[in-house]
Amino acid sequence: MTRALGLVGTIALATALFGGPAGAQTIKIGVNEPLTGAFAASGTYVVNGAKIAADEINAKGGILGKKIELVIEDNKSNPTEAAAVAEKLITSDKVPVLMGAWGSSLTLAVMPKLIEYETPMVVETSSSGKITTTGNPFIFRISPPSAVEAAAFKGIVDKLALKKVDFLVINNDWGRGTAEDFSKMMKDKGITIGLVETMDQGAQDMSAQLSKIKSSDSETVIVTTAVDQLTLIFKQAAALGLKKRIITTGGSQNPDQIIAQAGAAANGTMHLTTFLPWFPDKTPNPEATNYFITEWKKRGFEFAGCTESFRGYDGIRTAAAAIEKAGKAEPAAIKAALWNINIKGLNGDIVFRKSGPEGKESGQSQPNVYLIEINDGKVEMKTL
Amino acid sequence: MSEFLQHLVNMLVLGGTYALLGIGLTLIFGIMNVVNFTHGVLYTFGAYIMFIVVQQLGLNFFVALPVAVLAGWLLGAAIELTLLRPLRGSDIDTTMLVMIGAWIAMQSGALWIWGGVAKSVATPFPEAPLVLGPVSVSWLRLFVLAAAAMLILVTYLLINKTSLGRAMRATFQDHDTASLMGVNVDMIYTSTFAIGSSLAAAAGALLGPVYVIFPQMGDLAAVKAFAIVILGGLGNITGAVIGGFILALAEELGAGYVSSGYRDAMGFVIIIAVLIFRPTGLFARAERVG
Repeated sequence: MTRALGLVGTIALATALFGGPAGAQTIKIGVNEPLTGAFAASGTYVVNGAKIAADEINAKGGILGKKIELVIEDNKSNPTEAAAVAEKLITSDKVPVLMGAWGSSLTLAVMPKLIEYETPMVVETSSSGKITTTGNPFIFRISPPSAVEAAAFKGIVDKLALKKVDFLVINNDWGRGTAEDFSKMMKDKGITIGLVETMDQGAQDMSAQLSKIKSSDSETVIVTTAVDQLTLIFKQAAALGLKKRIITTGGSQNPDQIIAQAGAAANGTMHLTTFLPWFPDKTPNPEATNYFITEWKKRGFEFAGCTESFRGYDGIRTAAAAIEKAGKAEPAAIKAALWNINIKGLNGDIVFRKSGPEGKESGQSQPNVYLIEINDGKVEMKTL
Repeated sequence: MSEFLQHLVNMLVLGGTYALLGIGLTLIFGIMNVVNFTHGVLYTFGAYIMFIVVQQLGLNFFVALPVAVLAGWLLGAAIELTLLRPLRGSDIDTTMLVMIGAWIAMQSGALWIWGGVAKSVATPFPEAPLVLGPVSVSWLRLFVLAAAAMLILVTYLLINKTSLGRAMRATFQDHDTASLMGVNVDMIYTSTFAIGSSLAAAAGALLGPVYVIFPQMGDLAAVKAFAIVILGGLGNITGAVIGGFILALAEELGAGYVSSGYRDAMGFVIIIAVLIFRPTGLFARAERVG
């Protein structure tokens, strides 16, 4: 009996070890996302969007005659883990290209690994300026850096008649970078910057920061963080009777979730977002947007997640297009091909332009940025 | 001034739940000499019981609370019977390692069952806050404060006015003598751990609906509970209650007037200060050493 069990175990082990060759029939793309921890909701949405792209490509016959296989790993919303996951995906799973790693601090932690193993990564969400300015030629970003968000916001600043602004941002590269870029733009416009308050990425109680902001003489608060913390902020701001205009940035707000969880407190709030699932006809690529939204709903996911998940969809399509153009699934060829792709993303054409120090530029695509406003529990578009 | 008043109100509400977290941990440490690393997971467990009962079974919020407390009690008793009782008499390090193992296993279990995406629980309280002049507070948080105060009072009465409480205090002073006087020490240990666990679960059940619920939510709560216990003195219930409010005050004022980036560091600053100046806790009675 024991021997029989041992035999079963050996066979199982052998299958696991030598099952590899079957995997060679697929082309692997590494996905490095936060599936647990502070950004679990956002990371899970991105992965679900990525799966839609992979299934769509595979249904049409795959690329280079092979199916795409997503190797998905959880970076636990932790920069150390994000670097470890990248190393595992590259050395053990042998993926020729990665997508990740959602947060700016997570992506920045992965970047040295990309140089070490000379493997390119499509950055789908991170917005810290540092990512594309420090000279990492393996970075290809499809999300807008916070300076681009700030520049897009510039046009509406006069219309909103902003005078004095406070910030409440997540205490990491993303939040601090946003506060810096928006402050710079607003100071140029003659707007006074008041408080710059921060919160830990895992913090659940922001009452102290909000009480301080409530007592300041500014009329507007710019808030930068992901959806879970945002809904807590909206609830806690309402409980404190904070009456200021709230504008959020970063594109990870999931406005429908804010409406559902914050109720009346969400009315009058504005959000800088990078996708318009409410108005497919106003997106740069209505046909693809409609396909994506229909598929998203068909899979039973919450509509609120669309504003996040489209990045995973675009990210995987970007990586796949580069593999196809390269003609082979090898890191160096894919890196070279990424410079030559031109695909229709859900938020504008994905074409990489050079960014950062000469000779080791990163790729940066130029996505659209939109401002939306929540009124009577509905999303309205504001012209920038 | 109005900002200061608002910070004080926030402190009261936060302090009540911190106190609840602290007394559960200090009780177990004081009586059993066990560093309970599962305290944070029990807090998480209480919050998930709320999620199951309110969101998945569709039962009333006020029914869910006692269910969560009872579930915490049962899980605590189970941990004591299966993990701690066989280890009775082994050194504190062994027990600590086992408890760390239990913490990791249970947290991974929560992740496996419920996933990493945060859940929220609907409450029957109105969205509009109670406004009193310059300060404003949500009805849910007021309820949480009242419930926490009630649980603290019940625990205090249990320990100081009942025969079980007398037996617990006797065991705390000297478990050999207590055993000779006819106290069933094994039963006292199980009850103590179960009561401490149910208090952690109660804190999670009360705070889960205020915030969001996810598998790692207990980690920060446990760190704060340890800070409170060190502040108040090991095994000192009154100390833990006062310690809870001091920690809440330090966090509120630290974030309000020093820097919000260091809000959660305030607890550690307090631990360091207490360990340097009053290593037995702020409220320890003078003791003869040697």
